[in-house]
Amino acid sequence: MDIRDLWAEALAGVLARPVRSALTTLGTVLGITTLVITLGVAATAGNQIVGRFDELTATAITVEVPAGPGGPLVGWDSPAEVRRLRGVTSVSALAQTEESSNLRVTANDLVDPTRVTGQTLAVVAGDPELPRAARGRMVEGRFFDAGHVRRGDRVVVLGDQAARMLGVTRLTGAPAVFIEDRAYTVIGVLGGLGREQVLSTAVIVPPTTGVGLGLRNVTRVLVNTSLGAADLIARQAPVALSPNHHDELQVISPPTPKRARDGVQDDVNGLFPILGLVSLVVGAVGIANVTLVTVMERVSEIGLRRSLGAARRHIAAQFLLESTLIGMTGGVIGAGAGLVSVVAVSAAQRWTPVLDARLALAAPVAGALVGLLAGLYPALRAARMEPADALR
Amino acid sequence: MPDVIVLDAVSRVFPTDPPVRALRDIGLRVRRGDYVAIVGPSGSGKSTLLNTLGLLDRPTSGSYLLNGTETTVLGDGARTRLRGREIGFVYQSFHLLPHRTVAENVMLAEVYGGHPRRHRRRRALEALELVGMSHRVDFPPGRLSGGERQRVAIARALMGEPALLLCDEPTGNLDSGNTEAVLDLFDGLHAHGLTLLVITHEDEVSARAGRRVRISDGVLTEE
Ligand SMILES: Nc1ncnc2c1ncn2[C@@H]1O[C@H](COP(=O)(O)OP(=O)(O)OP(=O)(O)O)[C@@H](O)[C@H]1O
Ligand SMILES: [Mg+2]
Repeated sequence: MDIRDLWAEALAGVLARPVRSALTTLGTVLGITTLVITLGVAATAGNQIVGRFDELTATAITVEVPAGPGGPLVGWDSPAEVRRLRGVTSVSALAQTEESSNLRVTANDLVDPTRVTGQTLAVVAGDPELPRAARGRMVEGRFFDAGHVRRGDRVVVLGDQAARMLGVTRLTGAPAVFIEDRAYTVIGVLGGLGREQVLSTAVIVPPTTGVGLGLRNVTRVLVNTSLGAADLIARQAPVALSPNHHDELQVISPPTPKRARDGVQDDVNGLFPILGLVSLVVGAVGIANVTLVTVMERVSEIGLRRSLGAARRHIAAQFLLESTLIGMTGGVIGAGAGLVSVVAVSAAQRWTPVLDARLALAAPVAGALVGLLAGLYPALRAARMEPADALR
Repeated sequence: MPDVIVLDAVSRVFPTDPPVRALRDIGLRVRRGDYVAIVGPSGSGKSTLLNTLGLLDRPTSGSYLLNGTETTVLGDGARTRLRGREIGFVYQSFHLLPHRTVAENVMLAEVYGGHPRRHRRRRALEALELVGMSHRVDFPPGRLSGGERQRVAIARALMGEPALLLCDEPTGNLDSGNTEAVLDLFDGLHAHGLTLLVITHEDEVSARAGRRVRISDGVLTEE
């Protein structure tokens, strides 16, 4: 039998009862639509969540250190203890007080002395790890190192906004800034901050230098962890920083992105796929049922085909192909309806729809598979018939 | 050339309770070009005999040579191919597919068994011309009269150029005018050398055949 003849016969069989065929696809349409919506919305929503809770925020911990009544709770050397913890990528301590937040800072502008370059800026003390911990980079010059700290050098690093406000654009000629009328050499400009954005409008000094400005004690510790370690480190960091007063420290850890994401995925992953699969099974049973009825109605046609030289496998192939075509049609319609729904849901939520081309291709295949499975038993029944009985 | 049909001691017992012996030790020889009428009362085994001859049913015992080939030892597939190639069937109830046109119904005869697709429609139209149905080629069978339907069914049976035409009550659903037309058609086919076996109740039909065999209670006798 020519494969084209098989196609033509199966197609004619499906089209001979168009309304019945259309109704038979319904279950499959429903199942495939539900599954496509589920997968499509999950992919779209998943993309949104990844966008909102990105890796940067999921690995950032901040420890606020209150002023202790009997001396500092966290020393400038305490970050080293945290750095030892597994999963910590960088740590930095900084100090900022209410008084240091509004200091008058001026630049000696040699180029244009008439420009008003005085600003009210925050002065912050930080250790040499600060650029890494704040996830920034040096736009100009360099950050101060352990040597500067040890010697208590009067050097500063400006946040990039602060540098712009002060008119410090280049570091050639060792520009200086005046904090409360005392001069400090600008050795670098820090920009591109991934966290702790306040630093971009701040003047950063070494801890030893900050003492003169009232920045004696550590007020905040920035911790960065590897992905997934934030929860654990958030619990361990206070103990490492201040073994005796760890419960007085206030830890700000990321809003556990795992759970936020699970919340959305639970909705789409829990009920909908089950619904889709149930619809698909119902669809398969529907196709099987209708195909069986069709076989019984077409007994004399089966007998006729056998008398015209059709082998059992030809009969089986025709009914299998008919049920597969019905399933595939359901898959195609379901894929279309599902994708349209995903776009509609995304539009309503102002999301960017994520449409996987593989999904659009897999849906008809899944539908065809459902039809094929559903057609197995009816096709077997049709093929088993004795031609003499079928023609009676 | 071997005879088209050689039956020897063919029996068919249906394994019901009690068993039905529908054919008993039947011997029959049909030569190429014979026109044989099979008559007998209802339930005598005519259709069972025709199914056996058409390889739609297997005898319980005995030997059946079709064109010199012993068919009782053949497997299902070989019997199916032989049936498709050598035998055309005409039924009392026509067995036309209602959702296909007249031409498509006739073309169905060449769907199985490795016939070329090329010129299939042309061959179908030729067969329809032979039975005088050229004017209804694209009609659905539902719009045809009984006689016209049977002529379409005959065109389909002739399509594969069979060696043998088996007809079970071909005029059973037709009035006398249409019966006459179908019998004229059979006469023409017989004149062209086709071998015909026709089951019938009607004397008018069996009178046209060159040879008449009677079957009663599964026993065949020549008349
Ligand atoms: N599949 C079967 N199982 C059991 N008995 C059967 C079967 N087919 C036919 N018979 C019996 O075999 C006998 C012959 O049946 P058959 O159909 O050959 O009769 P017939 O001569 O064609 O009758 P009619 O003229 O009414 O068509 C009948 O008694 C019938 O009941
Ligand atoms: Mg009968």
